[in-house]
Amino acid sequence: MVTSESVQVRVQIPLATENPSEERTAYLEGLVRQARVAAAVFTQFTQEDVDRIVKSMVLAGLGQAQNLARLAVEETRLGVMEDKVIKNMVATEFAYNYVKDKRTVGIIREYPERNLVELAEPIGVIFSLIPITNPTSTVLFKCVMAIKTRNAVIFSPHPKAGRCGAEAVKIMYEAAIKHGAPEGVFTCLESHNLQENAYLMRHKDVALIDATGGPGAVKAAYSSGKPALGVGPGNTPVYLEKTADLKTAIVDIIISKTFDNGTICASEQTVVIDDELYDRALETFAHLGAHICNENETKLLARTLIDARTGCMQPMAIGQKATDIARFIGLSVEPNTKLLIAPIQGVGPEHPLSVEKLFPVLAVYRARSVDEALKVCVDVNHCGGLGHTAVIFSRDDDVIRKFGATMNAGRIIVNSPGSIGALGGVYNDLVPTFAFGCGTGGGNSTTDNVNIYHYLNIKRLARRTQNHMWFRIPNQIYFNMNAVENVRQFPSRSTVVITNAALERAGHVDVVRRSIPPQTHVHVSVIPDAEPELKVVLQGVQDLNFYKADQIIALGGGSVIDAAKIMKLKYESPDADMEELATPFLDLRKRVVQYPTEKINRAQLIAISTTSGTGSEVTPFAVLTDNEHARKVTLADYSLTPDVAIVDPQFVMTMPKNLTADTGIDCLTHALEAGVSNYASPYTDANAMQAIRLVFKYLPMAYENPSDEVARSMMHNAACIAALAFSNASVGVNHALAHAFGARFHVAHGRANALMLPHVIAYNAAVPTKFMPSPYQQGYVAHKKYATVADLLGFGGQNVEEKVGNLIAATEQLLNRLGFPRSIAELGISKQEFERAVPELVKTAFDDPSWRSNPRMPLMGELVELFWKAYEGRKPANVSPTTQQQYA
Amino acid sequence: MLITLDEKQLVPDLQEMCQKLDTSGTELVVDFSAVRRIDSNAVRVIEELAQKAENKAAKVVLRGVDVDIYKVLKLVKLASRFSFVA
Repeated sequence: MVTSESVQVRVQIPLATENPSEERTAYLEGLVRQARVAAAVFTQFTQEDVDRIVKSMVLAGLGQAQNLARLAVEETRLGVMEDKVIKNMVATEFAYNYVKDKRTVGIIREYPERNLVELAEPIGVIFSLIPITNPTSTVLFKCVMAIKTRNAVIFSPHPKAGRCGAEAVKIMYEAAIKHGAPEGVFTCLESHNLQENAYLMRHKDVALIDATGGPGAVKAAYSSGKPALGVGPGNTPVYLEKTADLKTAIVDIIISKTFDNGTICASEQTVVIDDELYDRALETFAHLGAHICNENETKLLARTLIDARTGCMQPMAIGQKATDIARFIGLSVEPNTKLLIAPIQGVGPEHPLSVEKLFPVLAVYRARSVDEALKVCVDVNHCGGLGHTAVIFSRDDDVIRKFGATMNAGRIIVNSPGSIGALGGVYNDLVPTFAFGCGTGGGNSTTDNVNIYHYLNIKRLARRTQNHMWFRIPNQIYFNMNAVENVRQFPSRSTVVITNAALERAGHVDVVRRSIPPQTHVHVSVIPDAEPELKVVLQGVQDLNFYKADQIIALGGGSVIDAAKIMKLKYESPDADMEELATPFLDLRKRVVQYPTEKINRAQLIAISTTSGTGSEVTPFAVLTDNEHARKVTLADYSLTPDVAIVDPQFVMTMPKNLTADTGIDCLTHALEAGVSNYASPYTDANAMQAIRLVFKYLPMAYENPSDEVARSMMHNAACIAALAFSNASVGVNHALAHAFGARFHVAHGRANALMLPHVIAYNAAVPTKFMPSPYQQGYVAHKKYATVADLLGFGGQNVEEKVGNLIAATEQLLNRLGFPRSIAELGISKQEFERAVPELVKTAFDDPSWRSNPRMPLMGELVELFWKAYEGRKPANVSPTTQQQYA
Repeated sequence: MLITLDEKQLVPDLQEMCQKLDTSGTELVVDFSAVRRIDSNAVRVIEELAQKAENKAAKVVLRGVDVDIYKVLKLVKLASRFSFVA
């Protein structure tokens, strides 16, 4: 029996503040210097070098396993020699088996599918505290880890394990040096001293503290201000559930709790046994060599083995045999007694034996239900065992999972011994270790079985990844004159046509009706000619429900088609929450809110556009007006895209001139913005460029000669083609400015776009003040893409700058030809009124999601400038100092 | 003075260099081009060399130092005590 003075496993180790003597400081500095040089030299070693050294050390450790075990028992007077041999073998053989094929030098892992490579960087100098309970095995294990990861270690064994710890270090060091390891890679403090430990913990050249020991050691390590792996005590609850294989469970518990006389901190401390098994369990324990204590004996154990003042186990009992403990406290037991079992009625200070006991004394508790058993296990877990280990014996997977979810333990061992199970590699596939991370519950930085990866700085080489892009469009698009006749090919039992009164009066609904098969029931739902409100949408949904529609035909401009998209959404998924679905997002694939996929109704949406601008017939967007809160809600999802688009110019032949111009410039803006968007792709570029070409050629013709069927047809196609581009590449800052300005001053969208367009082209073509992060583009290309447009349209120019200038000039000429006002001032808005409005306009524009795909990130001050340029038109404008200051 | 190091006898070469520094002028160029790895002993002698150079106010230029060796010299805080040329 050892004395309490000689064993200080769980004593507090305060972080000493005084420095060691001058002589000792010089000694410690020498150790650190030696280790630092070794660590530096070690960085040059290859994987083959370290693997060769590791193998030689492991062989040396295995060869000395028995010798070291004997030394440990002789010096510490703890534990069981035979078990310590096994520990030493696990620390070498099992550790080797785990690390031998693992890469720890240079590239250690590659993830080609993620374009990621992980590389290892050694830590440097590690200061390692070695516990009294496993002194030689812990040294062997840490030496293997350190060499495998090219680190140098200064060991500080527990004062009562100094000789055996130092011998273990010496054996490993000699083997390592013999096979080429850097000189000084391992050193061992010749004597244990708290001041010296503290000095080394704080040393600037010590990169990591690996403290395996009690709470004091862990706390000292973490208090040093250095990165630390502090792994400390536990208090392992065991749930022996009624479905368990009792005999196996009891043998496993005895194996574990008596292994090295219970010195492994993962060993079982309190077994909570279901009522159904309790009596049989105790009988089995007794049959297999456990002594079941009566009430008085339990009180004796509690009184003598647990310190009444601290509530912790008495050090003198740690690692002792059950018979020695019994003899020491005056308890009469059979000579072959392996284990002392003490029934307890609760957990906590009133039940002293419910704490951690690193000796073969096991508390048991009778639980009347699963619920009670789990609660008692939680109590044990919270009584000094947080984050460490918990054990369950059960055949009920639900109970096992519940236990796993309930326990706060880094290792939850199932149907196997706690201590050997937690060590890893024997009973399970846990990583072999001699240091159990206990997570934040145990004041640790990890819940892992500490291993080689904790001895490495793992660097990640992240290559630029070209994310998948997309080009999503409706299933079918029918275009050219009389394309509406294609409606005939879609069988429908019940079709609801959504349109407005003007279109119905113009006879367009009749044209559509003629293309619907006669057997189809058709209902026409007329909605106001304005951006749709929610109440309008809900009325439409009522119609869809009433007629049990299986087909919706949206006949109209953007407002009608948008209304139909939302009606379809609410009809198919009535619980869809518009507010939630309108949540902004940066990346379509990572958006938080997903559109519903479960549908109670299904209807095909056919969109027939009657304007040549928005392209809503092919876009995944819909705008809802919320008059109650005076705002617009934009919905965006490819599920909103109509199934079929009909681009039939017969419906736009009578479009008024102003509308032709406004919608045509909206179309041009879509195409130009999609063309330079950060989401642009070769697919969207092709569409954008074609749309731009068509607009420049046919918009003036359609405007000046509205009955020009070819011009109308081409402009109708252009709007749809531009929409195919911006459906997939989005728009830009022009739309953000136009949305804000148009809403504030009630200016038509196309007209608002026109006021901004030349200025925005110039703005995007210049070197950005702030670049927009864009994984999809290689460098800044907006100016070059504008130049490509100029080339395509034959605008001329010798260089990019000239070409951009010519594009701007051509755009201005087009706007002039279409009779657009060329400045906001021309709209009759006074400078004072505009100046008052600018702050709000800028705020609104900046909140608009449209610019997020703009190639240039607009700064607030730049938005101010753009608004003023638009206000003053062609003349260069000085930004109002007042507003500029507001955004400085 | 230019001295080219031989990796196979790195430590003796470095020690000889230290001695030459005692008797030679104020600038020494040490060619590391043929050296791919240094050990703890070499580090020790390089440190000695740095100390001697500082005492003599001599300039020691290390030429052709492999980046892995340069990293070792950084880790042991010796890099700042020398000049490096390619």
